[in-house]
This record gives sequence, structure tokens and C-alpha cells, in this order.
Amino acid sequence: MSLSKEQIAQRIAQEVQDKQYVNLGIGIPTLVANFIPEGIDVEFQSENGILGMGPFPFDGEEDADLINAGKQTVTLEKGAVIFDSATSFAMIRGQHVHLTILGAMEVSENGDIANWKIPGRMVKGMGGAMDLVASAENIIVAMMHTNKKGESKLLKECSLPLTGVGCVKKVVSNLAVLEVMKGRGFKLLERAPGVSVEAIVNATEGSLLVEGDIPEMQF
Amino acid sequence: MAMNKKVADVHEALQGVENNMTFMLGGFGLCGIPENAIAQLVSLGVSGVTCISNNAGVDDFGLGLLLQNHQIKKMISSYVGENDEFERQMLSGELDVDLIPQGSLAERCRAGGAGIPAFFTPAGYGTEVGEGKEAREFNGKPHILETALTADFAFVKAWKGDSAGNLVYKAAARNFNPLMAMAGKITVAEVEELVPLGELDPNQIHTPGIFVQRIFQGVNYEKRIEQRTVRQKA
Repeated sequence: MSLSKEQIAQRIAQEVQDKQYVNLGIGIPTLVANFIPEGIDVEFQSENGILGMGPFPFDGEEDADLINAGKQTVTLEKGAVIFDSATSFAMIRGQHVHLTILGAMEVSENGDIANWKIPGRMVKGMGGAMDLVASAENIIVAMMHTNKKGESKLLKECSLPLTGVGCVKKVVSNLAVLEVMKGRGFKLLERAPGVSVEAIVNATEGSLLVEGDIPEMQF
Repeated sequence: MAMNKKVADVHEALQGVENNMTFMLGGFGLCGIPENAIAQLVSLGVSGVTCISNNAGVDDFGLGLLLQNHQIKKMISSYVGENDEFERQMLSGELDVDLIPQGSLAERCRAGGAGIPAFFTPAGYGTEVGEGKEAREFNGKPHILETALTADFAFVKAWKGDSAGNLVYKAAARNFNPLMAMAGKITVAEVEELVPLGELDPNQIHTPGIFVQRIFQGVNYEKRIEQRTVRQKA
């Protein structure tokens, strides 16, 4: 069974370690906050200027002045702090933020990522993604393995304009967990429950390294 | 005695604004945008302007209002995803657009205000953003040269301010406002509440008044929420 978006987020949450500052991108990555295991102490950074971001507010308690990078209303945890955009990206570029989780349209076997532009069709802009991927020590991509036409989004080389070069460390898709072995390909670490290695091979255009038995993801 | 930067209203605050000028506008999405200044720019009808702003508002609010009027010649932004009119004008070539990484945008404004003409950053190396820019390796990692940004006018929005131009922002409405305040040749601050001199705690001021040339108390803030997300009480 291919994973739901929530399940992708749930699997990525297992990668988050105690005492990490984490930046979550828009979309599936935002959901990761809902699945952080008990006893793991993390603080979420939102690049519009929040460290210690909390969950959505209760109905009626929304504050127009308190939003996340996806422009959604949020709350602050105790001990949270607000800062300007330059300070926010000092945290990011200066590698004070430990882990970045973001979405992608394409990832290459070299760890290149494309997620900001489809020439002539969709131009939303890169937002903070280029700063994040250029600097983060650890980058995990949450994505669907194939597009709506069934074509692979894990490629030998990205076809879309790049967001960053050689930066992605790990991919969690609806089919698999993969490690980017720079210059060698995607190493298959885990399969989604009920998804065969063959199905993952067929859905991956880039080189796929399959060594030994590949375990199913555990939830 | 502190200098008096107070002006009567938005009309006085925007005196000297002309066609083809470059403006900076604070805000992230619709959060912390200078609503009064934007309304006045619409009413003045200035055209051919360049706007430096992280986003371009939505179709019927924020900078989207200036786009609808075709007043903007060029936008310098990092993310414009919520504005159909923006995308249409950009793809049709009516609007000149420079999309730059958000951290580089923030730092370029800060640098502009801080007297630093350029800096190296890793963001955008190996992408379209790095094309035509000087690249250099530091500590084994490639970086690109980004130049400072300044503006004829910077329009910022704060929560509280005083007649000396000192500003305090509220929550995530701070974002780009303090950086753009530094980078305007003329910085116009609109505040929700203009308080008497001496009321703001000097230890808690975010933007020192030296960066602000004009300040006024804004009116009729809509503070529209772009994505209202809530959870239910258990």
C-alpha cells in the first residue's frame, strides 16, 4: 500500500532526534509536527521569524499577526521567540537549525532538488527553500514517488530548474525510504507496507541500490 | 530632546512619492504589511514602480491592489504563489520579476541599511539565481555574490511607535519590517498605536528611530488572515 501524506509525515517524524531545532516546509512537512514521539524535545523554526512554534490555535483564538511560513495561523509554545527575517536566515545559513524537512517536485541521484518553478507554467518562487537547502546539515525530502502520470520524480538528473545542488540526504516517499548516495544513486532502506521492491524499482528512474532484504517501514 | 518624526496622516507621509521610484514594503504574506501606505499608493496612482517585498499580496489585497492597477513595473520577491494576477502578468511578460531566495532578500535589505555593498551566500549556487553572479569558494564550499538593496521609500508597519520613530512590532508581523526600515532613503512607518514619547521601554525597542524619517498612526487595519487554520477543543 502506498502511504498517505499523513503516513509519510509519520515516518519522517521517526527521523527527528531529541534536542533538535527543525524547520518544516509547506505541505506534508508541516504534518510532521503532529507525529513527534513522546519524550522527544524539539523546537520548530518557521522562517518568517518564529522559534518555538506551536499547533494551530483554537477556533476563535486566531491572531492575524501570528502565522507560519505557509501563512497559516499558529500559536507559540512557552519559551518561544520572535525575530526578523535576517535573524531567521542567520539561524538557517549559520547551521543553527539542525534539520530541514521539505517537499520536492524532483530529486536527482546526486541529491539535487527542484521545487520552485515549472518554466512557462508555474512560477511561485523559491521562498526560503534555496537558503535552507544550501545550508542545512541534514535535509529530508517528503514527496510522492511519481507524478500524476505515473512518471518517476526520483531521477538521474532533475529536468526542472534546481533549488539546490547535491544537498538532499534522505527521501521519504509514499513508496519508500531512500538514502542519497552522492554520485551512486538512491539506496533503498525501507519499503512502504505491502509495496514490493520491484514496484519501487519500476517507479524510480534514477539508479536504485538494493542490497539484501529490504524491511518494511514500522509505524 | 528626541527629534519629532510625526506626520499628520498617510497623505503627508507619502509626500514626494513619484512614478518610477523603488519602494520596499514590509510584511510576510499579508502579515505586517503597511496597509495604509499601500492604499495611498493606489490612490496616488503612481506607476512604473519597482516593489521590493517578500510577497505580492493576494489578488484583492496588499500589493495585489497595485498589480490590479498595473502600477508595478518590476517586483523583487521570494514567493508569489498566492496571487493569480501576479502569475498572469509575469508569464505574459507585462511584469518584470526578480525572484530571489528569501534569506538573500532579507540580508540584501539589511546590508543596504548597514552600509555593506555586497556579501557572499551559499543560497542559489548552481541554480538560475547564481547565473551571471560572481562565485567564490570559502571553506571548500561555493558561494555567490549578492548585492545590497536600497529604496527611495521604505514602507513599514509596526505595532507601537513614538514620535522619535522608535518601533515595536507584534509577533510574526515583524518579519522584513525592521530590515526594510534600515534600507529606505525615506522610511515611512505606520503604527497601530502612536504612544507618547518615553512610554516605550528603550530595552524593548526593535527599530531605533534613527532609521525612520516619518511616522503616523494608521487607520482601519483589516489585518486579513490568508489561511485560517484552527483546531477544535477536545
